Amino acid sequence: MNTISWLIGGPQGSGVDSAANIFAKTCAKEGFHIFGKREFYSNIKGEHSYFTIRISEKPVNSHLEEINMLVSFDAETVFRHADKVSPGGMIIFDSSLSETLLEEVPTIDFEANKRIRKLLQDSGQSINLSGMLELAKARGCIVYGLPYFEMIEAVAKNMNDPKLSKLSRVVNVMAISASISLLGIKKDMLVGAIQEVFGSKPKLLTSNIEAAGYAYSYIGTKYDTKNIKYKMTPKDALKDYLLISGSQAAAVGKILAGCRFQTYYPITPASDESEFLESNQIIDQVDGKNGSIVVVQTEDEIAAITMAIGASLTGVRAATATSGPGFSLMAEALGWAGMNEVPLVVTMYQRAGPSTGLPTRHEQSDLLFAINAGHGEFPKIVLASGDIEESFYDSIKAFNFAEVFQLPVIHLLDKAISSSIQTCKRFSNNLKIERGEFKNVIDKNQNEGTAGHFQRFKLTDSPISTRVPIGTENAIFWNTGDEHTEEGHITEDPENRNKMMDKRMKKLDLALEKIAQDDMVMCYDFDSNSQNVVVSWGSTKGAILEALEKLAEEGSKLRFIQVRLLHPFPTEIVKKFLKDAKLVIDVEMNYTSQLGSLVQQYTGREIDYRIVKYNGRPMSTTEIYIALKTILSGNNERRIVLDGGT
Amino acid sequence: MAELKLADYKTTVHNDWCPGCGDFGILNAIQMALSEMQIPRHKAVIFSGIGCSGKTPHFINVSGIHTLHGRVLPFAQGAKIANPDLEIIAVGGDGDGLGIGAGHFVGAGRKNVDIPYLIFNNAVYGLTKGQASPTLRLGEKTKSLVTPNTSNSVNPIALAFVSGFTFIARSYSYDVKHLKDTIKRAITHKGLAFVDILQPCPTYDDIHTREWFQGKNKLDSDKAKPRIYKIEETGYDGTIKDESEVSEKMSKILEFSSEWGDKIPVGIFYQNELVPSFHERIAENNKDYFARPPSHQEISDIANKPLARIDKILDKLQIN
Repeated sequence: MNTISWLIGGPQGSGVDSAANIFAKTCAKEGFHIFGKREFYSNIKGEHSYFTIRISEKPVNSHLEEINMLVSFDAETVFRHADKVSPGGMIIFDSSLSETLLEEVPTIDFEANKRIRKLLQDSGQSINLSGMLELAKARGCIVYGLPYFEMIEAVAKNMNDPKLSKLSRVVNVMAISASISLLGIKKDMLVGAIQEVFGSKPKLLTSNIEAAGYAYSYIGTKYDTKNIKYKMTPKDALKDYLLISGSQAAAVGKILAGCRFQTYYPITPASDESEFLESNQIIDQVDGKNGSIVVVQTEDEIAAITMAIGASLTGVRAATATSGPGFSLMAEALGWAGMNEVPLVVTMYQRAGPSTGLPTRHEQSDLLFAINAGHGEFPKIVLASGDIEESFYDSIKAFNFAEVFQLPVIHLLDKAISSSIQTCKRFSNNLKIERGEFKNVIDKNQNEGTAGHFQRFKLTDSPISTRVPIGTENAIFWNTGDEHTEEGHITEDPENRNKMMDKRMKKLDLALEKIAQDDMVMCYDFDSNSQNVVVSWGSTKGAILEALEKLAEEGSKLRFIQVRLLHPFPTEIVKKFLKDAKLVIDVEMNYTSQLGSLVQQYTGREIDYRIVKYNGRPMSTTEIYIALKTILSGNNERRIVLDGGT
Repeated sequence: MAELKLADYKTTVHNDWCPGCGDFGILNAIQMALSEMQIPRHKAVIFSGIGCSGKTPHFINVSGIHTLHGRVLPFAQGAKIANPDLEIIAVGGDGDGLGIGAGHFVGAGRKNVDIPYLIFNNAVYGLTKGQASPTLRLGEKTKSLVTPNTSNSVNPIALAFVSGFTFIARSYSYDVKHLKDTIKRAITHKGLAFVDILQPCPTYDDIHTREWFQGKNKLDSDKAKPRIYKIEETGYDGTIKDESEVSEKMSKILEFSSEWGDKIPVGIFYQNELVPSFHERIAENNKDYFARPPSHQEISDIANKPLARIDKILDKLQIN
């Protein structure tokens, strides 16, 4: 079948991430597409984290509920995930931990302990690791016990290096190496991947390669692997493909877009982007000169947004990146940028709220907040990317929109996109930078205001006025959060107020006129006459599309509308796609179906079914498929709450 | 280029400050400083916060950015970091900078961005009708307070020092010459400069009046004895020539900063240009920063194609 859903788990800080990355790279080198999803606690060391990777010969953009191979080197991973392993699936575990009792794992919290205990009790198993494994075996799973400690000792002996303590860090690599061996993937690919990850640390590189080699052959000598259900047949190499995370994609997009100033205050899951930008602060240019981006860590998010606005006033493309709690603090300044028509990009990585919420988990619950953030009425653009690849291209569009329409743009991403990794076609750099009515030279005779001042907010037929950086000769102007004249001085005149409000708010109409349809709404038709329509936004895209593909194979052909521009709302286009709909099904990762409310508000079309989820774990394609199937069979509640995930 | 006169730095915008407001002296001093330094009008930008002081930029004939309550420092720092060639001056009130904006005051001190920051310090929130500001002392009751002030006051000079400001001075709004000279020194200073400008609020502060500063209402003498004295006239020099002098200066600065009442020191308490500015710190990792700061960089060619090349970054992320 050449596709597998694979999971590795372990305590935070024990190398789960690097192991998963090595595994993903190995499989990608073998020609497979990858989609990897990271789950972790708000904790530095010790709590359970895991990485799910789907490998397939076709592009993949979502995860499944079921696991075909579970890779572990601690007891908790087996306790938490063994029940998700499919019949015929495999479990790699530390054979010295077989007798570990559930009680002996302190990081399994009370609720999880209760659930696992009940599972074991109900099936008459003992409440320990062996019980979990027996349960899996009864379903037809195959378990592979590895005596990691003895294996490390053997490797140490082979290497003539008795310092075992150092080598204990290679357990993660031994675990994945065993799994690669079982899947029938070539060892060379693994060695190549290890070299890429540890290339700069020669000592770690040697010990990891030794350990990987030992575990790889250990499987071959110890187990008969002929009849394994999940074997991966090598494919042709993926040509011009990247293995990249969402936060990296958004950051590279910013660099290409010409963003040269970024501010941030540390927050999960947004900081990764700023750190990536800082690591790449010197920028290659086609003209041979170096460009550079200044990344500033500020004292709080209010300083982050206001500093970015200050920078933008000098003509630079400026941005800040944050998550919900930080965005809450930015609301007032967002209004200042709207009032003063300052181009600004706020990259907003949503996570589960409210308040601190589930700080390392996923949700799409800031849509209405992003649209309505800030007191009073001012124009802004809210766009949401559906996957890692879109994050890159939308980063560039966000800056173009900000400058063309001279307003703040909120680019909505989320935890699921930012921390997932995926094989993507290498990004194109054949893109356009659109700066709108931006000038940095003003002729002496062009002065239009009184006393030679520049009319930054000049009223014309278009809501867009010429914009110049502060410091431009012959172009003195003012900005103020107060209502203002064309020069930017305070006025409370009622007539001027109406003119200025009209000028600013008309930008929303202009945006709907100018923005390309595909940037507003994407319509995926499995049958253009389909009367059953799924609407959604953001990172649910991949899971929905795969569920619809499967339904189409079974004869139920649906249409999927992905709303990408959330504000101003592309009413006419959404209306057009919903015109003949019999059933409208809204799918989103929040409690209140926020997009559903917008669709109803703007198009007048009622939402028939809502599929929602708010447990902090992204929607899998499995659960969306099941929910849609029950809706199509006609016997379900109007609102389905999904609860998948560990 | 023709010489710029003082009048060239004035706008015709109607000024709605109360008659007798200390702000007028500060406004004149800023305009005089700009004119004496012959700073080209397009190169100077006045950033302000919210309150009576927030309106200052509208009266000065250079570009002006009237920002949000308490946020003038991050706005101004953002602009100066993006374009260090601009002559940016940040102004604001005491409530603005030491109340709602206190976190930014401390944050800015840590960065040492090359801007002067002038606080118009009148101990009340004038524009909202006279509430107690962070510099009003505990137990003082200005005109519109219902009960004497129940919060203690912040010490701006000491706070500036411990936050890392590298130029710390105080002046008085009715001594325009001293104030103008102090502002010029603050503008010239390399790094973050703070000037605490004492000013009466004739409408809401009936304690710290012009007469009070002049010592006219001192009960124990027939002749007015001004409360304000100039530390330079006592032979004090706040300039740091060697890092080893800092700790000794610190105790002197703290001593000056706690003087109040009969004797109020003004002048330059501290100037230390040995501390690298934020710009210099950026340039350590980004060699071309001063030559091509963010605002000076071209980002697209004539055909609107991006100038940035992302190939090297993508190569690292590419499979095989």
